[in-house]
Amino acid sequence: MSRVAVIGIGWYGFRPVVEDASFRELMFEAAARAYEDAGGLNPRTDVDAFVSCQEDLWEGIAIADEFAPEPIGGALKPVFTTSGDGLQCVANAYMMIKTGQFDVVVAESHAKPSDIINMHDVMLFAMDPLTVRTINTPNYHALAALEAQAYMSRYNVSRETLAHVVVKDKRNALYNDRASFGANLTIDEVLSLPYSVSPLTKLDIAPFVDASVVVVLASEDVARRHTDTPVWIDGIHWITEDPSLEFHNWEFPVHAMRAAEAAYKMAGIQDPIKELHFAEVDSRYSFKELQFIEALKLAPIGEAHKLLLEGAFDRDGLFPVNPSGGALGEGVPLEVHGLARLVDAVLQLRSEAGRMQLSRAERAIVHSWRGLPTTTSVVAVLSR
Amino acid sequence: MSRNIHIKQRPAVIGAGLTLFRRRMLETPKELAWIAAKQALDEAGLSLKDIDCIVIGSAPDTFDGVHMKGEYLADGAGGVGKPTMRVYVGGATGVMVPIAAWWHVASGHCNTVLAVAEEKMSNADTPHPQAVFRYIWDPVTEVPLQPNLIWIFAMEMHRYMYKCGARKEDIALVSVKNKRNALDHPAAQIAANITVDDVLKSEVLVWPVQLLDISPVSDGAAAFVVASEDIARRQTDTPVWIDGVGWALDTTSWTNRDLAFPEYANVAAQMAYRMADITNPRKEIDVAEVYDPFDYKELHHMEGLELAKKCEAPKLTKEGVTQRDGDLPVNPSGGLLGVGNPIAAAGTMKVAEIYWQLAGKAGRRQVKKPVYTGLAHAWGDLMQASTVVIMRV
Repeated sequence: MSRVAVIGIGWYGFRPVVEDASFRELMFEAAARAYEDAGGLNPRTDVDAFVSCQEDLWEGIAIADEFAPEPIGGALKPVFTTSGDGLQCVANAYMMIKTGQFDVVVAESHAKPSDIINMHDVMLFAMDPLTVRTINTPNYHALAALEAQAYMSRYNVSRETLAHVVVKDKRNALYNDRASFGANLTIDEVLSLPYSVSPLTKLDIAPFVDASVVVVLASEDVARRHTDTPVWIDGIHWITEDPSLEFHNWEFPVHAMRAAEAAYKMAGIQDPIKELHFAEVDSRYSFKELQFIEALKLAPIGEAHKLLLEGAFDRDGLFPVNPSGGALGEGVPLEVHGLARLVDAVLQLRSEAGRMQLSRAERAIVHSWRGLPTTTSVVAVLSR
Repeated sequence: MSRNIHIKQRPAVIGAGLTLFRRRMLETPKELAWIAAKQALDEAGLSLKDIDCIVIGSAPDTFDGVHMKGEYLADGAGGVGKPTMRVYVGGATGVMVPIAAWWHVASGHCNTVLAVAEEKMSNADTPHPQAVFRYIWDPVTEVPLQPNLIWIFAMEMHRYMYKCGARKEDIALVSVKNKRNALDHPAAQIAANITVDDVLKSEVLVWPVQLLDISPVSDGAAAFVVASEDIARRQTDTPVWIDGVGWALDTTSWTNRDLAFPEYANVAAQMAYRMADITNPRKEIDVAEVYDPFDYKELHHMEGLELAKKCEAPKLTKEGVTQRDGDLPVNPSGGLLGVGNPIAAAGTMKVAEIYWQLAGKAGRRQVKKPVYTGLAHAWGDLMQASTVVIMRV
């Protein structure tokens, strides 16, 4: 069975506001870069299918799929939309190539949250219309804050530890060309801010950015023809835990754990901390990074905060987590988020990460969560 | 694209389910999804714990009024603690669902997939759910013109009639046939025994589109189970294999297209035919469910799918070839014009119908001639998308 490789990546934006390009121009810029990165691919002749990850209400267009084909070179070719995180597009592309029917599949995602003037209302629309939306929470981050409270009290995690996550990620982001939110902060500076929603301050919540990412995937023999530095997808899986907020586990993201278990099994990984070299995980909220570290089995459950304080997850630590700065440093480009994590990992694995390059990067895990109020995670294991 | 010779597991449909298609259903979208899913599981002889993966299909989030509708529908579709994937190509979503289910199984990633499509249109907007379609246009160049969806189909219908010399009377025959076929469908919303005259006398919406030329606003859900070969053989004596899949998305600029011939449908069909090794579709396809939100669309799509030569479909319809007892039965279920059109669920209903026809389980709707190869097709977005599956016993 042919393996599946990432042979090209392209990105554009990653700024709080991209004024110079519409969402379609964002897609085009990222696509052009990805095809060039894949060794000068011609999308009209060399690509078998295209997958676009987007959600209607983010786009403000009732059938946003209509606008997918042209900017990525897919008109009159097999193009479709997955309403999910960018990594779910990669999962689809992975399966399509695995069938043997497709050789080259392109995954795309774009986001322009700066165009959304009523983000809060959009978020309310993501909640169950009968049970949760009617609560009409004045700040949707409250749902995350409740999870944070549950997690912190269950595992005895202090507010200072969350500040440590913020300081680490923002400092890492200083080495990342794409990151708009790099900063050299102290713990006290984070702690001195007022709560947005207790126990989270403004700095604990990742801001939105406009961005677009295009990823080219190919089967093994085609990949070898196009590039000398393919990055293999050894395992990928996604899990939805339970869409009813009432019933999902508030203390611990079971979805990420189940997805990671399946991805590890596919990749034949027994002991992730020994067999992998770094992780890019979702950190839309500072405490989420700790939760996901545990869910991905990079720390025993409830222990991530202790290891964090020992520096285990620093850039030069035992097991670097979010060396790119993650969502806290780079921002959250809506459904692009998973692909942003993938791009950061691929650059590391190719040794093309520039100033943020880690000394040891041969095998990595990337993870994305779809954000509030979902319980969906995608996990992929990548190797050089 | 390489020829498919190494599919790891050959996927088969082994059960299907359907809710009633009605306007203003009282069930929530989640409940509709589960009613259809449960039926499909029961027919397949499986329970939710036997299902590895879930594929969800649903068209605009604005219909159900929920952002991230795939997440919202996940538990109704059986996706609690399971890998759940929502695919979306506007109106063509209903047949994208089996395509995605196909690669979930054919890749070896999952052994069993529960595929569910749901749409609840009736409470989308006032005075009419059509209002949602105000937001499908290019926000810069088209939205300011405040276009209505039926306008562009009126243009397309006009163009088709002009190019092919088709008369309103010829096209109305499709509506008559489908609504009559639907009389035998237990889920049908607008089955009726009408005449061509009734169609021609119905209210004009946008000339030449009249009320009986068009499918209704519906709520409903449809589902089916796809399994790998070993499981399929264990569960049933009549697995229906998915042997070809194809889809295509044309340019967003619908104004620049040849409106008389659906090129995108042709490209999608070619892809599916190549995979299923079909060289003469008119001869090799025994029964077809062709997307028919408007009566002219059935004709239009038959030509795109090469089930008729260009401009030949009205003639075939007139000769009775597409009737249930004809040589090429088209829409024996009653289609969208008869059964109803809950967007994504309507496409998936077509897949279910082909499954039931090929498995010999269509009851009073069973076509007269023996059938071995069937085709289901859906169409959507800005008149630009088509999805096709070829199924075989």
